[in-house]
This record gives sequence, C-alpha cells and structure tokens, in this order.
Amino acid sequence: MLKTRVIPTLLWKDFGLVKGVGFDSWRRVGPVLPAIKVYNRRDVDELILVDILATPHGQEPDADSVADFAEHCFVPFTVGGGVRTLDHFASLLRAGADKIAVNSVLYETPDLVDAAARRYGAQCVVASIDAKRQEGAWRAYAHSGTKETDRDPVTFAKELADRGAGEILLTSIERDGSMEGYDLELITAVTEAVDIPVIASGGAGGYEHMRQAVQDAGAAAAAAASIFHFTEATPAEAKVYLAEAGAPVRVG
Amino acid sequence: MSVAIIDYGAGNLRSVRGALKSLGADSEVVADPSDLTRFDLLILPGVGAFGEAIDRLRDAGWIEALRAAVGADGKRLLGVCLGMQLLAKTSAEYGRHEGLGFLEGDVVGLRDLGCDDRVPHVGWNALSLDQPEHAVFNGLKDGVDVYFVHSYALRTAAKSQVLASAEYGSRFPAVIGGGRVIGMQFHPEKSSTPGLTLLKNVLERWTC
Repeated sequence: MLKTRVIPTLLWKDFGLVKGVGFDSWRRVGPVLPAIKVYNRRDVDELILVDILATPHGQEPDADSVADFAEHCFVPFTVGGGVRTLDHFASLLRAGADKIAVNSVLYETPDLVDAAARRYGAQCVVASIDAKRQEGAWRAYAHSGTKETDRDPVTFAKELADRGAGEILLTSIERDGSMEGYDLELITAVTEAVDIPVIASGGAGGYEHMRQAVQDAGAAAAAAASIFHFTEATPAEAKVYLAEAGAPVRVG
Repeated sequence: MSVAIIDYGAGNLRSVRGALKSLGADSEVVADPSDLTRFDLLILPGVGAFGEAIDRLRDAGWIEALRAAVGADGKRLLGVCLGMQLLAKTSAEYGRHEGLGFLEGDVVGLRDLGCDDRVPHVGWNALSLDQPEHAVFNGLKDGVDVYFVHSYALRTAAKSQVLASAEYGSRFPAVIGGGRVIGMQFHPEKSSTPGLTLLKNVLERWTC
C-alpha cells in the first residue's frame, strides 16, 4: 500500500536557507548543506529545495550548487526555482535531482510541462502552484508570490495535470509560515479536480494539521518548513502521529 | 567487481554513483559503449520516458553493445526504474517502442493494469517478495518500503522472472530477473537502508 509522505521543504535564497510568513519577512535559518545532511540522516521520505530568488532575479537554476547538495542527499530530491527550459530540466537531473518543480514559467509557457513529461516522464515534473484568496476567489501567483495572475489554481492544476504534470505542489500563500494549518478548502478543491498526487504546502503548525491535509483534504503528502525550522517537531514524529490516526506511513 | 553506470543522457547518474560509493564500491560513468571489457556489472539507470531513452541508446550504439555484453561476454546488467522497463520486450509510453528484450513483458500504463488511484505512483510502497530465497533479497524483510516514482509498469506472464511485486491498483513486478539481468522498478539508490541492502546484494551476492 502506498504510504503518505511527510516532506520537509527548504527555501534557498542567496547563500542560505530562509523562511517567511506569507512569502514575506524572510528570516535566515542557516546554510543549505547542513540542513540537507540532517534531513538525510533523519531518513525523511523526500526533500524539496526551492531557489526562491532565481525567477525574481531572472537567474538560471544553479545546477552546480544543486550537484553539491545532491551528493549528500540520498533521499528523493525535488528541486525547483527558476526552471524555464528543457535544458534546465536536463542540467538539474544530471546534477542529481529526482524531480523538478516548475512554477512561474507555466503562466507563459505551460507547454513546457508537455515537453518535459515527454522527454523525462510525467513522474519527473512537479507543477508548483502558489495561491492566495483575492475577494473570496483563489488566484494563482507567480514570481515567488509577487505577481498575481488571472488563473484560478484549481482549473490551472487540472490543465497542468492534463498536460502531463506528475504531481501538483500546492502552496497557500496566506497560510505559509502562519503555522495555523493548511488551507484545507483549497487542497480539497484541487485534489478533487485532478487525478495526480497533490502535495499540500503552507501552514503546518502541528501534526494534526498534516493529518487534516492528508486524511480530510486528500493530499498525498504534507510538505512543511516552519514547523521543522522553528519548533521541536520532527518528520519522524509527524509520521508516528499520522500512523496512529490510521494513515499508512513508512516506518524507517 | 568493476561497475559501469551507463550514461545515455536520460538518467540521474549521481544518485546511483553516490549509493555505490557509500557501499564502498567504485563505479565509472560510461557514455561510450565500445569498450566494456573491464566491467563486470553494468547499471542502466533511468529517469525519463521510454521512447526517447531507447532512441538515445540506439543512436549511441548501446543496444548491440548491451546484447553482446550480457550475452557472449557474460556481463551482468541491473536496470533501475526506466532502466528496468528498457529490459522488456516492448513499451507503450507515448507511442509503441521495442525494448532491449532481455526479459519477457510489455511496459504499459498503470491505468491499463487496472489502477484507479492517482498516477504516477509516487512514494514509498511495500516490496512483496515472490522469491524470497533469491540472493538479491538477503537480509531484507518482506513488506519493506521502497521508493517508486513511475507511471508505467511491466505486464508479464513470465512468473519465473518476477522476483518481487508491489501493489498499487494492481499487483505488478517490482523486481524482475533472469539469467544475467535484474531489473528494479523502484529506485534502490533512493530507498534508504533497504535500497542499499539490495544494491549490496547485487554487488556481492548475486551469482548467475
């Protein structure tokens, strides 16, 4: 039986990791490599690393650094940030990424998903959608949450799934860093709209939030950052909680 | 034991290399199929889509080289994920393609195997040992989780070649083997301790 995943997310800005609230007010939380090593030692289900400056600064993904990180990462590794072309996919996969997350480029060139899925397989393509409510309706945002688009995240997720995305990484901008719980309505709407796995992101403040995202809202995985950076919570304990609630999890 | 990791432009090579290194095994990334004589074990990794991969293998001359290596030259071959699928007879991913044909079976979409759940099959799932006494499973518990990330799987009638299976919508081969060839649908290099155990067994215990 397929297990539910708990996935720590690392946000990479310049030379270190950061964490914000609502995609803003970034605090530095330390260098990247030690964090990767720690999560690796803790044998997490997967790891997500996003370069949050690449798109806003118009930079290419830094495959060389990713290669350095990947050398110490023996857990499944999703990398994103600034990915715009098939060459970026190629260089990041070569560097050691297992899956590639794409975000901002999809609002201009969604057929990158089709092309990447054909060349690298759907399972390699993670469509990352950041969403926030505007006057009651959800809107998808590009450029690390700074550019509002006219896309509704639910229909956009469906379009990207149809184009060949393997997973949706769905982040609530409002809940991000709040530690007040995931946006369960948003997650439910997307999980009901697509038949590919959805990774819930944004808002985890406790293990019960993760349980809700998975058991109540239908997410295949719960991604989290603040809870692991700023509290004593651990992915292993989260999985014990989920197991006790009846969600199938991997026992190390 | 000299190991070559085949570079055909469609794989994550580093993870396999890193995993082998952590087991104390040296390996070489090989893009040129013309001289495989110094290697005992060839690893065909895989992240990608079947059609493109088989085209790249063909264009670089790997198809004949692998058939010779595994056939007359007595080398062993481990296929991982897409690499395992390439070992089969045919695949239906984005078209109709012929594989290397080392093992029986056709690669088909998980939906075509009866899976109503979300596809791709991504995450940790239990390895069900069909042939638990096989050397490659030494030290491994039945039901241990390994990491899958795929949309296609093997449909085969050759039960003797199915060493282990997984369940996701339907039961499909997770480890296949025959003669000097073994395939793993999941990623042993990304499957924590059980994955490393499997790789170690391939290096040290698998005889044929």
